[in-house]
Amino acid sequence: MRYIEPHAHMVSRTTDDYVSMVATGCAAVCEPAFWAGYDRNSADGFRDYFLQLTDYEPKRAAKFNLPHFCWLCINPKESEDVGLAKDVLALIPEFIDRPNVLGIGEIGLNKNSRNELEVLEMHIDLAARHDQLILVHTPHLEDKFKGTRLTLDALTNNPAIKPERVIIDHVEEHTVGMVLDAGFWAGMTLYPGSKCSPARAIDIVETYSAERLWMNSACDWGVSIPLSIPYTAMEMRRRGHSAEAVDRLIYQNPLAFLSQCPKFKL
Amino acid sequence: MTRQEILDLYFIEARHKLIDVAAFLDRAARAEGVDDFRMKAFHQAMEELSKDEPHAAKRVLLAFSDPTQEPIPTATTQGACGAWPGAK
Repeated sequence: MRYIEPHAHMVSRTTDDYVSMVATGCAAVCEPAFWAGYDRNSADGFRDYFLQLTDYEPKRAAKFNLPHFCWLCINPKESEDVGLAKDVLALIPEFIDRPNVLGIGEIGLNKNSRNELEVLEMHIDLAARHDQLILVHTPHLEDKFKGTRLTLDALTNNPAIKPERVIIDHVEEHTVGMVLDAGFWAGMTLYPGSKCSPARAIDIVETYSAERLWMNSACDWGVSIPLSIPYTAMEMRRRGHSAEAVDRLIYQNPLAFLSQCPKFKL
Repeated sequence: MTRQEILDLYFIEARHKLIDVAAFLDRAARAEGVDDFRMKAFHQAMEELSKDEPHAAKRVLLAFSDPTQEPIPTATTQGACGAWPGAK
């Protein structure tokens, strides 16, 4: 088995996780910029984080022969402070050409507030101006349905955005249809308690086909499972999916989307 | 997969989860105090399960979701609680 982990917060994980991922066939890991579990006090905190994502973490992954890529942004949980967000966005261009940066992400909404929406629109504009791929986080639980609709509006309102260059992540049964119908890619996150289970993710694939879909663990500092992609691949085989169908979903699909960034080479 | 194969693969697991839900309701009923909007949303979501209609998972998710379309003025919290407080 081979797979790409397109969304994992490896700065929060141990080297044991790198060993397990590589041993189960992980061919590359992609790390969106994320909330640290607390709010950073200044843009300088983000500068340090971007250095970690673009310098230290790829070196740590390389010790396990695992290519490491990343996405840059200020996370939606910290987007209520528009002034801070503007300062952080101003930092991004100096990092954007680094060899492991794939694009702008994970941007989006958290509580669906006006300020969060303004910062989302600024991120979308930044991505458009720099011709970057976009990775979108959709809100948690009761806020996901509304947040996904607002996000789709924000993306489609910007004429420079090409849907095939945007992945909208954390879709579930009530949001996947609207994302795919609008021409975007959709990510299913295999996360205990709050997002898709392996069985539900496979239900979605069986309902919508694997076209423009990928899976990720979004493993982070919370209770999460870095091996959830290979575990779900096992579940797909148990459900009768061919090895080829599994490979398409967990390797070829992320490869096709991410290869739109010329820096993504395996 | 056939319906029989799905049952063979998932029935015991689904049964286990359903009993966990029942035990949660018993636990909440035994406890002192009153319900809040979350339990109301939970009961509304359970009603979706008894309907003979497709897309039960989607309907349950929507029962817990904020159906409004306008951004809120300000985010006063960062977390989500699983149910929309405005549900009637």
